Amino acid sequence: MIKIKKGTSFLYLGLIFLFLYAPILVLIVLSFNNSMSRTVWGGFTIQWYLNLPSNDTIMDALWTTLRITLSSSILATLLGTTAAIGIHRMKKRHVAIMLGATNIPLLNADIVTGISLMLLFTRFTSLGELSVVLAHIAFSVPYVIFNVLPKLQSMSDACYEAAMDLGATPAYAFYKVIWPEIFPGVLSGFLMALTMSLDDFTITYFTKGAGVNTLSTMLYTELRKGIQPELYALSTLLFLLAFIMLIATNFKGLNKKEAARV
Amino acid sequence: MINRIRTSFIATPYAIWVLICTILPLFYILGYAITTAEGDFTIQNLIAIADPVHLKSLWLSIQVALITTVVCLILAYPVALILHNLKITNKGFIVFLFILPMWMNFMLRILAWQNILSNNGILNNILSAIGLPTIHILYTKSAVILGMVYDFLPYMILPIYNSLSKINDDIIEAAADLGSSWINTFFKITLPLSRDGILSGVIMVFVPALSSFVVSNLLGGGKVLLIGNVIEQEFTLARNWNLGSGLSIILMLFVLASMSIMNKLDDSENGGMLI
Repeated sequence: MIKIKKGTSFLYLGLIFLFLYAPILVLIVLSFNNSMSRTVWGGFTIQWYLNLPSNDTIMDALWTTLRITLSSSILATLLGTTAAIGIHRMKKRHVAIMLGATNIPLLNADIVTGISLMLLFTRFTSLGELSVVLAHIAFSVPYVIFNVLPKLQSMSDACYEAAMDLGATPAYAFYKVIWPEIFPGVLSGFLMALTMSLDDFTITYFTKGAGVNTLSTMLYTELRKGIQPELYALSTLLFLLAFIMLIATNFKGLNKKEAARV
Repeated sequence: MINRIRTSFIATPYAIWVLICTILPLFYILGYAITTAEGDFTIQNLIAIADPVHLKSLWLSIQVALITTVVCLILAYPVALILHNLKITNKGFIVFLFILPMWMNFMLRILAWQNILSNNGILNNILSAIGLPTIHILYTKSAVILGMVYDFLPYMILPIYNSLSKINDDIIEAAADLGSSWINTFFKITLPLSRDGILSGVIMVFVPALSSFVVSNLLGGGKVLLIGNVIEQEFTLARNWNLGSGLSIILMLFVLASMSIMNKLDDSENGGMLI
């Protein structure tokens, strides 16, 4: 295809990845910094990692974050997958309406989504952890739908119908025919929902009740007091967890491909 | 056919969900926008955008968002092209490389840019060590734009990469066989065929850039007041929800306007799927 010199293109790619990963490197270094200051290097230490479990503010925020992230991404995956299957079976005109509505949270500014949900919630219920979960489902469902729907569109309906003609119950036919096809889409949709929820600040900020803090909102409110270095340690651990997951899933993928080649 | 209609009912919970959590909130924000705190009808909250302070921050937001989008596009297109040419079979891996940074807290990553950009920060230490002049951009518009480019670049790279991988390589080879230079092939084939990806990328970057308030807070040091900051302050500090809603509606109108311009440019029939 288009010829760009190999060396130049790798250099460029390297610079872009340096740009994207530079702040992460800084934070990892800070997690080992033996100084409360963000700007002074005070020598190597692992004390922030050791202090982490006994830091109640951070641990509380971590558990809140995990509860919100896991419950919202699991529920969003359920809701989004059933929605995608249903939308796939709809008439064309209805599909356009549903997809248009699904695009709204993706296209709308986060701040508007957050505020509009807050206005709705304050009317019917009080703001708390539940309102944050509902808000997170609202903005992450579209990611699930748009990951699952292409998988449904690229498979043939004939297999499912054949299974039904041969006497399979709808549930059995779904499990044996459709599920294996859409599973990669469901998984990547779930992972995107998980990541978006974990990384969200704006929508959480507007829909959370007093006393409920995720890591992001806690950080924002405590910014003036200075950042507790244990946060760097926690973030480094979370990042490593994701990194290991990435490596593991890719090795699994590679092994499968090699096995297929043999 | 009966089966088809029956199966589509499985989307009913989602349809209800959309009505309550997507459509209804928009009516609520509109409701607040066109009323006073006492509940009387008014358009004051909407025309408040004409207030010089608000107008100035809206204009600044548009500038910042436009520059961010253009810089992202210029940086992202070569990345997408190079990644595409690497012919990596595992596309999920590429996607993950770009969303992996999101596992490190967003706000911490932006704060790390303070460390990198500050006057005696990491970047300036490196620059002075190799004898180059230092730069002083922290708490300026440039730092805010840099932070936004950093934050939104993946949203530009991924859709372009996706659209490139949908191009049939035979067309490119045919062009080469027929004697087209690569520059010609790029402008005549690759670029037009990746237009959908570019348009999605532009929307995915422009909209959040237009409305962000965190990056400008952290890297602008309170000196760069975007429309998002104004709206946030109306809700948190001034506690004037009606005015905040009015300005949000104006912001939404700008988002809608920019998207309809984009849609004019886009004649594809993809049913409007963004990602």
